[in-house]
Amino acid sequence: MSTPVPSSIDAALELLKGGDYIADRSLATVLYLALKLGRPLFCEGEAGVGKTEIAKVLAATLKRPLIRLQCYEGLDVNSAVYEWNYSRQMIEIRLAEAQGVHDRGQLAADIFDERFLIRRPLLEALSPHAEGAPILLIDELDRTDEPFEAYLLEVLSDFQVTVPELGTIKAAETPIVIITSNRTREIHDALKRRCFYHWVDYPDLKRELEILKVKAPGASERLSRQVVGFVQELRKLDLFKAPGVAESIDWATALSELNALDLDPRTINDTLGVLLKYQDDIQRLQGSEAAEILRKVKSDIAAQPLG
Amino acid sequence: MMDALPESSATPEHRSGMLANNIVHFARTLRTAGLRVGPGQVLRAIEAVEAAGLRKRDDFYWTLHSVFVNRRDQREIFDQAFHVYWRNPRLLEKMMEMLLPSVSVPADPDDKKQLSRRLQEALQPGRGEAPKEESEPPEVEVEATFTVSDREVLQHRDFEQMSQAEIDEALRAISRLRLPVPLRRTRRYQPARRGPRVDFRASLRRALRPEGLTELRKREPRKRPPPLVILCDISGSMARYTRMFLHFMHAITNDRDRVYCFTFGTRLSNVSRALRNRDVDIALQKASAQVEDWSGGTRIGQTLHEFNNKWSRRVLGQGAVVLLITDGLDREGAAGLAEEMERLHKSCSRLIWLNPLLRYGAYEPKSQGNKAMLPHVDEFRPVHNLDSLAGLIAALGMAPTGVGQGGADKRLSTWQTELRKE
Repeated sequence: MSTPVPSSIDAALELLKGGDYIADRSLATVLYLALKLGRPLFCEGEAGVGKTEIAKVLAATLKRPLIRLQCYEGLDVNSAVYEWNYSRQMIEIRLAEAQGVHDRGQLAADIFDERFLIRRPLLEALSPHAEGAPILLIDELDRTDEPFEAYLLEVLSDFQVTVPELGTIKAAETPIVIITSNRTREIHDALKRRCFYHWVDYPDLKRELEILKVKAPGASERLSRQVVGFVQELRKLDLFKAPGVAESIDWATALSELNALDLDPRTINDTLGVLLKYQDDIQRLQGSEAAEILRKVKSDIAAQPLG
Repeated sequence: MMDALPESSATPEHRSGMLANNIVHFARTLRTAGLRVGPGQVLRAIEAVEAAGLRKRDDFYWTLHSVFVNRRDQREIFDQAFHVYWRNPRLLEKMMEMLLPSVSVPADPDDKKQLSRRLQEALQPGRGEAPKEESEPPEVEVEATFTVSDREVLQHRDFEQMSQAEIDEALRAISRLRLPVPLRRTRRYQPARRGPRVDFRASLRRALRPEGLTELRKREPRKRPPPLVILCDISGSMARYTRMFLHFMHAITNDRDRVYCFTFGTRLSNVSRALRNRDVDIALQKASAQVEDWSGGTRIGQTLHEFNNKWSRRVLGQGAVVLLITDGLDREGAAGLAEEMERLHKSCSRLIWLNPLLRYGAYEPKSQGNKAMLPHVDEFRPVHNLDSLAGLIAALGMAPTGVGQGGADKRLSTWQTELRKE
């Protein structure tokens, strides 16, 4: 059975925490509103800050099915909403001919029947589910083109889909919709207006430490503190791609796998590829700059030990 | 909406009425501050606040934030407005009252002074339409000369308004525009008689008609122009062409979708939104108000760095073509320019450099900036006639392997191999 949606902002915060997602209060507020008022949640932010994770955690904690629509350029109705099963339809026509059915109207009604309809994610999300309203994750919406975005307007405002041969299919229960975007292009205002908007930012030092404690339990406290300090410093630099939370989790895990207890310039140089994904950035940091940052981080930690 | 209100005891309802009023006023404040807030959002905000409750100031903040803010860059304005307004709404109203007349005062004489040239033409029909022998000398001077006086106008960041004839000409020219880039195949299909793929859905529908399953319907990939990103140099050395380039960018922005325009001199400005305005005079006015470095120096390396870091991932998707308009004369001795050019080249599908210097036959890539940039462009185009939009468009549309002087410069590959050897 599914868990009911949270009844307050604090409950929403707890819910996310229950799924190992350390959120700040702003996210919990928006999420609570989206759940309570049944409107989509639009998450925008840099890559690797945990946008997609929100939907996954929600599905796990609310015990609902997760339906994911991964967007890409040229995504069309056939792969996003529904498609007719043509080969089965052809066979049906042949069978009807063999049986001597000549009523064309009857034949049309027969082959454009729900039995021959292949449900794709959007239609699937509108169908009734035993566990309650599903969670529909529309991932990286910025990767599609504008026509698909325009199509989504109808789906997201009325939660209904029109199949010309069948008529309009309306959602039995409003699905919980989470939309993410990496901002590789600007999504149109009309779509955003139908959603609750949230910019998912990099976490602050304290929250990132908490996240590491949950997500990379193998790393010692001392190491985690240094990792977070280092990553936070990197984000202040003018890099082509600053490391996200996903990268710091990966890095902490990698370092603990290497049995590192303490950061030193050499280890950093060797593992920088986990953290930075562009050659220019890596080249720039390797050597003296990384050592310089590490020195600063260590002196910061010495100056004010946390907790 | 009624069922969303709290249980019907008189006080809370009254209170929520007060709150609703305040939210409406707050929304109006945001609108004055430049956020796009419509009545639908106000309703949604009231609904959201009722759902979230008013126990904590923080929650209230994020509730309103989730409804009123649509883009990341609006956060700052929202933040300030929120803190001023919800501390003391009265105070803010007073401030706005004080501000309003002072805002409208300069606007008024401005309107009178800058009565649109087109409107003037319309009011005095003799002038605009009249054949040339009747038109007065000053008109002709403006039309024909792109000289020193024009440059001075630029430095005051004030552009000559466009005459109706110019607008007509621009529209005609833009309709002739063929960019030297092929259409991009999308992954969507359209019906086509001799397409490469079978359209099963259409075929099946066809089969249900009385003639039976006689023919297969076909489809083919749909094509559309790729996104276009224009980076335009507006430094001192390019000053005499700036007005024309702005007109060009405005015309092309309004002609097709997915065009992004940036200007750069010592800093980078994104003028896409300003240029999207249909009216050319308003668009140019807005753009010129936004850009602060007219006719100054050039820091190509630094501005390209800013573009690469801040914008490239947002506007260079889906096979974008970059049109770089500059003479490549860099104030800072081309520091870091080669690296940034390389990055730019690698993140777009085609990089076209339009260089006004190239129209002089004896052009050689001598300056440091030119040397740094040249190895990283796909196409190098001269502009022979820069006095008009039509000239520019003709230059852009010429076939890449043009005969004689036309089209892309064939010397590009020679220069590139030479530069690589160095």
